[in-house]
Amino acid sequence: MPRRDDIEKILIIGSGPIVIGQAAEFDYSGTQACRALRDEGYRVVLVNSNPATIMTDPEVADVTYVEPLTVEAVAEVLRKERPDALLPTLGGQTALNLSIELHEAGVLDELGIELLGASIDSIHKAEDRQLFHDAMTEIGLKVPPSRTVKSFAGAEELAGRIGYPLIIRPSFTLGGKGGATANDHAELRRAVSDGLDASPVGSVLVEKSVAGWKEFELEVMRDLDDNVVVICSIENVDPMGVHTGDSITVAPAQTLSDRQYQTLRSASLRIIREIGVSTGGSNIQFAVDPRSDDFYVIEMNPRVSRSSALASKATGFPIAKIAAKLAVGYSLDEIPNDITRATPASFEPALDYVVTKIPRFAFEKFPGASPRLTSRMHSVGEVMAIGRTFTESLSKAMASLEVDPQDVKAGLDEPGPYRVFAIFDALRSGLDIREIHHRTSIDPFFIASIARIVAAEGAISIPLDAEELWELKRIGLTDETVAAASGTSTEVVRGVRRALGVSPTYKSVDTCAGEFPAQTPYYYSTYEDEDEVVRGENPSVVVLGSGPNRIGQGVEFDYACVHASYALKDAGYDSVMVNSNPETVSTDYDASTRLYFEPLTAEHVLEVIRREKPHGVILQFGGQSPLKLARELEREGVPILGTSPDAIDLAEDRSRFGRLLEDLGIPHPRFGTATTPTEARAVAEDLGYPVVVRPSYVLGGRRMEIVYSGEDLDLYLRTGAAASPTHPTLVDKFMEDYVEVDVDAVCDGDEVFVGGIMEHVEEAGVHSGDSSCVTPPITLHRALVERIEDYTRRLALAVGVVGLMNVQFIVRGDEIMVIECNPRASRTVPFISKATGVPLAKLATRVSVGEKLRDIQPHSSTNGHFSVKAPVFPFDRFADVDPLLGPEMRSTGEAMGIDRTFGGAFAKALIAAGQTLPVSGRVYISVSNRDKRSVVLIARAFADLGFEISASEGTAEVLRSNGLAVVVVPKIGESGDDVLSLIEEGGVDLIVNTPWGRGARTDGYLIRRRALMHGVPCITTLAGSAAAVQGIEARIRGGTRRVNSLQGLYAARA
Amino acid sequence: MLEDGSVFEGWSFAGDGEVAGEVVFTTSMVGYQETITDPSYRGQIVLFTYPLIGNYGMIPGDEESRDVQAAAVLVREYTPYHSNWASEESLAATLDAAGVLGIEGMDTRALTRRIRDRGAMRGFISTVERDQNVLREKANAHPSMLGLDLASSGSDLTEPTLMPAFGEERCRVVALDYGVKGSIYKELRSRGATVLAMPGSAAPEEILESKPDGLFLSNGPGDPAALERAVDALRPALGEVPVFGICLGHQLLGLALDCETYKMPFGHHGANHPVRNLENGRIEITSQNHGFAVLEGSLPRGVELTHRNLYDGTVEGISAPDLRAWSVQYHPESSPGPRDSGYLFDGFIDSVSPKAVVG
Repeated sequence: MPRRDDIEKILIIGSGPIVIGQAAEFDYSGTQACRALRDEGYRVVLVNSNPATIMTDPEVADVTYVEPLTVEAVAEVLRKERPDALLPTLGGQTALNLSIELHEAGVLDELGIELLGASIDSIHKAEDRQLFHDAMTEIGLKVPPSRTVKSFAGAEELAGRIGYPLIIRPSFTLGGKGGATANDHAELRRAVSDGLDASPVGSVLVEKSVAGWKEFELEVMRDLDDNVVVICSIENVDPMGVHTGDSITVAPAQTLSDRQYQTLRSASLRIIREIGVSTGGSNIQFAVDPRSDDFYVIEMNPRVSRSSALASKATGFPIAKIAAKLAVGYSLDEIPNDITRATPASFEPALDYVVTKIPRFAFEKFPGASPRLTSRMHSVGEVMAIGRTFTESLSKAMASLEVDPQDVKAGLDEPGPYRVFAIFDALRSGLDIREIHHRTSIDPFFIASIARIVAAEGAISIPLDAEELWELKRIGLTDETVAAASGTSTEVVRGVRRALGVSPTYKSVDTCAGEFPAQTPYYYSTYEDEDEVVRGENPSVVVLGSGPNRIGQGVEFDYACVHASYALKDAGYDSVMVNSNPETVSTDYDASTRLYFEPLTAEHVLEVIRREKPHGVILQFGGQSPLKLARELEREGVPILGTSPDAIDLAEDRSRFGRLLEDLGIPHPRFGTATTPTEARAVAEDLGYPVVVRPSYVLGGRRMEIVYSGEDLDLYLRTGAAASPTHPTLVDKFMEDYVEVDVDAVCDGDEVFVGGIMEHVEEAGVHSGDSSCVTPPITLHRALVERIEDYTRRLALAVGVVGLMNVQFIVRGDEIMVIECNPRASRTVPFISKATGVPLAKLATRVSVGEKLRDIQPHSSTNGHFSVKAPVFPFDRFADVDPLLGPEMRSTGEAMGIDRTFGGAFAKALIAAGQTLPVSGRVYISVSNRDKRSVVLIARAFADLGFEISASEGTAEVLRSNGLAVVVVPKIGESGDDVLSLIEEGGVDLIVNTPWGRGARTDGYLIRRRALMHGVPCITTLAGSAAAVQGIEARIRGGTRRVNSLQGLYAARA
Repeated sequence: MLEDGSVFEGWSFAGDGEVAGEVVFTTSMVGYQETITDPSYRGQIVLFTYPLIGNYGMIPGDEESRDVQAAAVLVREYTPYHSNWASEESLAATLDAAGVLGIEGMDTRALTRRIRDRGAMRGFISTVERDQNVLREKANAHPSMLGLDLASSGSDLTEPTLMPAFGEERCRVVALDYGVKGSIYKELRSRGATVLAMPGSAAPEEILESKPDGLFLSNGPGDPAALERAVDALRPALGEVPVFGICLGHQLLGLALDCETYKMPFGHHGANHPVRNLENGRIEITSQNHGFAVLEGSLPRGVELTHRNLYDGTVEGISAPDLRAWSVQYHPESSPGPRDSGYLFDGFIDSVSPKAVVG
């Protein structure tokens, strides 16, 4: 069937801020969908609150709304835009749930908007566990015995019937949020209670646990003519019991015979037909008994997913793009396969390589959280690698992970993060395959493959001859592994390898295992005879990506890399991307002229450079991953475009940078560097407490803390962050009660363009990635802003920046100090680019390849609007972690709010970040002594807005003496109606709680944790509370109901 | 060594010695066991494009014939540690026992691309000879597939064999075995057909003697055009009894209906080809294994094109409605491959089964 002509305008909903379980993959799918629909001539309207996405670039959709993904805001967009149809299946669970809510609120019917892709009925049938189970039974497929319950009693009854272990899954949550396993009555009680809380509809599914069974996923697509194809099969290395997002996965399936695989395939076809997903992609999960042909259907996602993004990257088949075309009426055979061009999309990709995905975790950021993997997802990112064999693919994936070995504490018996390292260790220490299989339930095929790598390591003998080295490289050993196993350095191995002529060839990902000619510019390295890269004559520039998403290095950096790639293409270069992250737009094969899906290690990057012979390499957009390669690349004679490695070092090396600031006469807090614990203590005492301590060269404030005393410092140094000559500790004087200001600028070596100035909402001391910020600044007067701009200009020129630079200032009164300068893309680049309409990363790329700012003449303006960025935290996934803000970054993503008023923008950003902002009800206030004075005004403002004020005894006393009516709430444990029970009973709508006293299990901790579990907003800084007041005020006045398109804002400015 | 002189080096994971044959690649990612025991691959050197072969060992009951049919097996990496509850033996052990060479380690993707660009070629594998001139001579000395009759010897069957239906009998079918895949019989019998299997060389009288409800023409190896006797033997049956053919059986039916066949550059071997059923427009993902095809332009009046390959537009199915004869080029029995096309067996059995007596 050809494209539908009865619809013209289509709304796409994005997935909002990056959270665990819903990350960059939906930017990738949404961007593809927008482009595909526009290519077909439709007008595309997009709503997404996440500024750090390519999809929200003004060129991607016709009309782009950076607005909260709530019924209120999206309904307003729908009323304004009047689209004919809504495509709900590309923005993850968020978009799907929101679409259902819009339907239930009657908005879709009221405006006559058609739902494309999946009907409300089929969404319910796939998402509601009971309906799904009934549907499976109807078509003769088995699901684990289970029951949906709304109370503990029902769960208890089922447990009595089928026994333990049981799995508890809340209905309608993403990433298995709230899911848990129960082995006994007590665990069941807790799991059911948590699950009921987590489920927006208050029901959970309790089912027989199939922990230890093998887990498989199939990516299935269907068109309106009822043609169904399976794009990819994925096998989970970690067996059932570990969330698939936390599992190492391999494509295609490795341990199924044809008969077993076809049984799952046929079942998938029946499932997608029965559920009634009319067009698009679905992900279906199966549990397969390792000891028989028995299998269960576990679940189905009637939308594109993290796995479909992985499957797209693994096969070269762009699932989201095809899904978008199917949604508007095309059938699979009418859509050409982009890669072969000659064949249609109605086929099943054949792979002639092995793809391995390994999740990236961040447990080290959440001390106290149990690092045990469960049916609930905990990973924050992932890497993918392609190899011709499983050993090669796995080794490359492990090299891509960039984990600090210090953070790997995996054991064999518990499914923890990076357990694969423990399997290596176990094999090295002589455990046999069978034993490891018994202890992990991991299929022996995978363990045997790892044993092959371990055996190869063990057999290395020096000197290496060419043949031996060739074999080692074919198994997948990196230079680093070979070096470690043979007691030499990576550089030596690289030198030997080069001398012996052992270098990789590049093969292409072509969807058809070589059956048809394909000019896909999508490559991976392997050690074989034939190289397939089609290089052409055009000069190329290599952009190094940012690797796996992690806290501190997220999608913002991928956004910058993609912009760099676009700008390079515009400037007439072949843009060449190197990256290992399957979730992103940067690893879409058509984002760049050529894509090398490779680990961001010196070895793999240097080989790509050897093959490409590029005009230059750009490192400044991918965050720390490429930056840490700068020196090594330079030593190898690689031309680095933009800021030189020495300039980077000048800015990052504390003492060099300190001297530079002094030469420039720019004030900065006093600081010192220590290479021993004693020295650290001396430095701290000299500066005077409090001080900020951290290891040098970190991103995301890893292990960064504010210490208030010598004892605190000793504790810090004892717990794994010992200062040493190779890893010095930086000690800065901590400046209390300052406002922090971030500046992003572009310098071409002669001139500096200040892209934007952002004022943090929270006081200095909260990591800039975790702080909300607003642009333009709201409390800085013109003279201060000018001084900040002046300092920025002088710094950029003095450091020798060519490209992007981020400077952090602290301001109090008329005093301005520089606390940090990073000559690279920062996390705020996408936000500021959206706020001002100037794509900074593109600008930086252009100056990096020699253009001058005076010829480009960028002009930024916020057009009388405020833009606020609000962070999103994963605290709800890590039991027992204190949801307090501090100098170590812990947010996973951010949302943006835009409005004519600061309050409106702040409220929108907060709502978009998943916080509720009540407009009436009861505020509970409990603050530390130092905050008691300042809280009075805030409390009064709440009272003026009509809130009832309750407070802890101490705070209440202060408020009362200032004439406020306050209800005193008893201290925790003092009586039955203390603040904790108040939170549980829904007696509090908003909490203001600033910390006092450090350490676990304080009352403050308990309050914050309980509030988090019950979804009560809890603000932990006074500045944040003051902003919240403005936000609430704006909400009351309807400020959050105004919606603006980016295109409209930019046009009004021009 | 290929006939064009290109050399690929690997090492043996099963057997040793020398062997010649046409080198064909299959893109199916699973199903090596079915593939190497499929008589249609008889005499061919089978190259698996999927790089890891041997992962799940050999599973009793999944073989398509008793013997390993392929002349040799080429893989990127053989997996020595097989893992599947149902497997009893490794691929290497099976090949060893059958005296079939298994070679791993060569750049199988480069070899695949070579065959794709230059067509299926004869190849020669040796674990002893290193002299390239000798190897090339030996590769070229091997008979070309064109005009090669492999089907006459494709079947193990020497005399008619009766195989009862699974469950209640609905019909009786004569199956001509040119090198049949075991799973085809399973498909027929599980739908209630009692199968009387006869060697492909059976005479016309023999075929019709038992008054079957339907006649089935099996798959098999080699060039259909070399099987004039078999084609002649079919003609008298046309119109007398419904006929359904698969693969070689389809080509033979085509020839019997006066169509022409030709050798394709490198054929279709895999489990992912889309085929459109022209009668209802639906697309099936099909299992493919053939190096020859029926020429579309040669279809005479009375013979309709029913299925078309969406990759290259080639003929995948024909029908002669007046004669109640039809056939498909691909493999609805899959094994290996997707099971999208089982309806063809349903249709055949339904149309040849005497109407069930109601009440």
